[in-house]
Formats: sequence, C-alpha cells, structure tokens
Amino acid sequence: MSVAICRVYAVIAALYFLLSVCGCATTNTVKFAPEVPAMHSVSEFSDDERVVDIEDPWETFNLNMYKFNYNFDRYFFLPVVSGYEFITPTLVQKGVSNFFANVGEVRTFYNSVFQLKGKKVLITFGRFAINTTVGIGGLFDPATRFGMEAQSGDFGQTLGYWGVDSGPYLVVPVLGPNTLRSAGGFAVDVGIRYVIVGTIDPFQNVKNGYIILGGISALEAVDMRHKQKFRYYESGYPFEYYMFRFLSNKKSELLLMK
Amino acid sequence: MNHLRLVVIFWICLVLLPVAGRAADDGYGYPIPGSYEATILGTPDNLKLAPPDKISIRQLVLNVIPDIKKPDVFFYDKGLRCTLAYQDKKAPLVFVIAGTGAGDQSQNVVAMMKGLYKAGYHVITLPSPTYPNFIISASYNHVPGDLTEDAADLYRVMETAWNKVKGDIEVSDFYLCGYSLGATQAAFVAKLDEDRKVFNFRKVLMVNPAVNLYNSIMRIEKLLDKIPGGPRKIGAYFNSMMAKFTGFYRRGDFIDFNDELLYTVYRSKLFSHVEEGGLIGLSYRISSAGMIFSSDIMTNGGYVVPKNRSLSATDPLGDYFLVCVHLSLINYFDEYLYPYLLKKRPELTKAEFIDSLGLKGIEGYLKSSSKFGVMTNDNDFILAPGELDYLRQLFGERTKVYPRGGHLGNLEYRDNMTYFVGFFK
Repeated sequence: MSVAICRVYAVIAALYFLLSVCGCATTNTVKFAPEVPAMHSVSEFSDDERVVDIEDPWETFNLNMYKFNYNFDRYFFLPVVSGYEFITPTLVQKGVSNFFANVGEVRTFYNSVFQLKGKKVLITFGRFAINTTVGIGGLFDPATRFGMEAQSGDFGQTLGYWGVDSGPYLVVPVLGPNTLRSAGGFAVDVGIRYVIVGTIDPFQNVKNGYIILGGISALEAVDMRHKQKFRYYESGYPFEYYMFRFLSNKKSELLLMK
Repeated sequence: MNHLRLVVIFWICLVLLPVAGRAADDGYGYPIPGSYEATILGTPDNLKLAPPDKISIRQLVLNVIPDIKKPDVFFYDKGLRCTLAYQDKKAPLVFVIAGTGAGDQSQNVVAMMKGLYKAGYHVITLPSPTYPNFIISASYNHVPGDLTEDAADLYRVMETAWNKVKGDIEVSDFYLCGYSLGATQAAFVAKLDEDRKVFNFRKVLMVNPAVNLYNSIMRIEKLLDKIPGGPRKIGAYFNSMMAKFTGFYRRGDFIDFNDELLYTVYRSKLFSHVEEGGLIGLSYRISSAGMIFSSDIMTNGGYVVPKNRSLSATDPLGDYFLVCVHLSLINYFDEYLYPYLLKKRPELTKAEFIDSLGLKGIEGYLKSSSKFGVMTNDNDFILAPGELDYLRQLFGERTKVYPRGGHLGNLEYRDNMTYFVGFFK
C-alpha cells in the first residue's frame, strides 16, 4: 500500500509539473508601468477584526494546490466521473455510493469508540448491521429510513476530541481542503483500512486479487468525487478560496462538537 | 457551487426562521411576517410548487467580447456562463436576468427557470452585470452600475446567446424578466429593444425591482448602521454572529446543516431583528466585494488594488477581500462609478447621476407601454418611502403587491410562482 501511495504521489507530482508548464504557456506577460498605491488599502481598516480569518501559514502552497486541484479535476478527474455517470444507471450509482458509505461505517465505528461516544457507536453499529443484511451487502440504505441517521467520524476528529490542535489549513492534492490534523487523520484511517483488508484478505483465493482491490479503490475515488458537488473556482467569486477555507474549517469545527 | 450558494448556505444556517406560526388573516398564505426573516428564510419546501419532472439543460459559455485579454488572476474565467433550459417543441423563450451579484445558477434564477420550464417555456438565464464573471467576460467597460451601459451589455449577451442556440431550438416569441437589480435592468433592456428590435419582447416582468439603485443601496447599507460600532466594525460583527451560532449549535442536538437546523435557529429567535438586518447587509457586502475587486482589476483602476499591479493566479487576495468588504456600495457609487462617468460626461451633476440610477429617466416609456408588469411586496425593504406608490402610478393594475415576503422571500411561494408564470400567458 505504501508503495501504491508513493506511486500515486509520483503521478501527481508529474501531473503537477505538466499542468504548471501548461499554465505558464498561457501566462500573460504584459508589463505594467510602475505601481501607484490604491485609494483604499488594508491599513485603513486595521481597527476592525478580519473576516473569515483562518490560520493559514502555508497559504502560498495551498493556493498553488488549489489551482492544481482545479486542473486535475478539469483535465482528468471530472471527465472520468462524467464518463462513469454517463455509462452507469442512476440506480447503480446510488448502490455504489451506498456500498462505500457502508464500508465507511467501519471507520465511523472505531473512531466513535475512540471518542467514547456511546450513542454514535450504537447507531453506527446498527446501521452497519442493518444495511449489510437487509440492505444486501450495503447496496441499499434501509437504516436511514428506520430513523438511524448516518454519523460522522474519522481519525482527524478523534485527534481533535483528544485535544490535538487542528493545525494549519492544508489543501491536499486531489483530496482538497483539509487541516494538518484532518489530513494526518485521513492517512491513519487509510492505514487502518489497509490492516483490516490485509487481515480479512477477501480475495485470497482469487488470482491477481490485488487488481480487483485496486479497481475497487478506483471506483471508490470516482464515487467520492461523484458525490461532491464542489467545483474549484465555479462560484466565479474572486475570494472563493477564503470563503471556502472558512466554511470548511467551520464545518469541521462544528462537527467535532457532536 | 457559486459563491452565493456558499454564502446562502451559511446564512441560511445562521439566520433562520421560524415559520411563523399563523399567517395573518388576509387570504395570503405566505407564513413569514417579518421582512428580514422572509428575505433570509425564503419559502418552506412544503409551500413551493413541485419542480418539473425532468428538465433539459445546457450550459452556455459565451465568448461575448472577441479577443478580450483576461488577467492571470482570473485564469479560470473561460467565458460568460449562461444556462439554457430547452423544450423539444416550439415554444416562447424567456430571458431571466439575475439580481445583484448573482450568477446564472443562483437560487432565485433557478426557481424562475424551473417554474417557467414547467409551464412550457424555453428559458435562458443570465448572470447579473454585477457578477464577477459578467464584469470580466461580458462587460465592455467592466464597470457595472450605469443602467444604460449595463442594458447594452446585457443586450449583446442575449444576442450572442440567441445566435448560439437558435439553430437548436424553435422559438415562437420572446419574453423578458428579472428580479431585484435585474428587474430594473430589464426595463432598460426592453427600452433598448424598442430601437434594436432583435427580440421584440412581448411582455416584460419585473420582480421586486429597485426603483432607484442609489435609494435602495442607502437602505441596504443602513442595515449595518445599527450593528455595534457601525459598519466599520463589520469584521467584528461577522465574528460575533458566528460565535453566537457556534454556541447555539453546540447546545443543540443537530448534526446536518439543513433546513431543519435553519428553522430551529429561526424558532429559537437566536438573532434579533437588528442582527438579522445586519446579516443581510453583510451578505450584500460579501457579494459586492467580488464586484468591486473584479471591476478594479479589469480597469486597472487603482481603487483597491495598486494601479499597474499584475496579480498572478496564486497571489494571496485576503487583504483585498478585507478592504472590499469594508467598502459600501455608496463608496463604490461615489468614489468609483461617478468619477468614471464624469470622464465621459464632464457636465454630469451628482443629482443627475443619482436620477440616472433609476426608472425615472425612462418613466415616459414605461408608462406608455403595456408590456410591463411588476410583482413586489408591501414590506420589501429595498424600496424607499413613496417608491411603491410610484410603481403603482407607472404600471397601474399591472402592479401586483403582496402583503409580505420581504425582498424576494416569497418568490417560490406557490401563489407567487403561479402568478409569475401566468403573467406571460
């Protein structure tokens, strides 16, 4: 798995380089005359608090990654997702989403245990049991209809629960907006999943089972993007990065309270 | 997700509503009495008309101004985005103009589009000339606000859009509508059409129009006068409202950020009337910040960005955001738009300038034409005293005034939507 992750990142690095080069080719090289100070500048409003202010010491990196993710979406990820949406009936898409959400209950479960949240543990266990059986291996989601709403829980949250600071804002390649804590938590969850899958080894009797696993992971990634409505820069709002940074931070802060 | 959507999701979470218990006994069933609450909450889902079963949509990306140079900081802007909803038979086509700062897929635009589509019309939705994408890609001068110039830009966009789709759809007639600022602009576009005659609009509907932009802006900005410390402390205000909401969320038993949460906030009366007004003023500021910045960059105007500075695609913009949020639309009109117009028309007095920002300049035309209709609300806070009567004088019995709904809060209410669609019949 670690080799796989390294490979993924090597591919991303190569893509980043390529996309950066493409970007440069279209760079506007008009030279302006010397600068003249603007009529209004930030010093004029120093007596007020800043709006949508989130600690962001890596802003330059993050802005570059934000743009990289836009290009990655535009030239690779979204075309793949569109292809998937085109060839797959809506009912099947729903089933795929349910299936991966059900697999994800395992993550929610152990993290709820780590966070000593009994109610969440019970609901999540109930959801997993019902959806895996009545819901035919997780393809359907009867649990929600029975009034058991999906809970949230990941290792980033667990770290937060035990007092680990969220750390700086971090735009992760492909995954998008995170904090250092949520990105680290994601890595831990991936590691735990790897151990679980390795232990169960569902394809041990299948030739080239790792190819099947890889295919499932790819499908999961496509499903994840398919479910997200967010599109980089789509708002057309010049300060989208700042609004989004604030809203995503705020949302995870609020979810942590639950 | 467009930026308004981001903002709206949050404000919606923030402010909400209550659905007010009983409706007043006036035969009108829209339930939210307060002007601000209605504006923020909109219409509860169970009081909306059902959407069309299916809708055929095509996103149009228009190259309105050939060979236009776009600065790197707007590298993602690939052309003006409009949306076409098309019937597969011959039908009338309705153009919809969005309100201040809104794009072609903002909530109100989409609501209008769905209502019209369901009734059998083709629809093309257009972003507001104050929307950054429009300022960058479709405005010849890149300075929004002058109704005559904006109408010319809009007309060009409509022609471009029409040329792009006319081979694919069959159109019997053209209609026009808009809401808020877009409604005011629709009147000027219709006037221009009388000369240009490309569309010969049969009917034009203005929904919650501003009678005079300057008056409306004064009223919106006044909402911020009452926040602690006044408008200069808008940042502190934002943070304190956010803290208030966070505390509320912590105490309650919610998980998702959905309508239910909104209504809970509303019922709990978390925010006072003044605070709700402040939140509306704040959301206008967030929206106008994008407009001011985009225009300043495109004109190299030296208003908030140093003149001659070339920003790259990944330069930090946080300081500009802060500055723009602190500038009111009055600042924009007085310090930016008026001087810009003075350069073209040195004899333009301030009073003439303010008059030019409203319907007054074309009132003779509006009065004489029977194609116009107006829908608005008795408690729409963007109208100054006397302006509602002025609308009645201009449009007579084609003025439909609802007893409540604030600014566009009742747009999706079933009675309103039925009237809205029925107007074009």
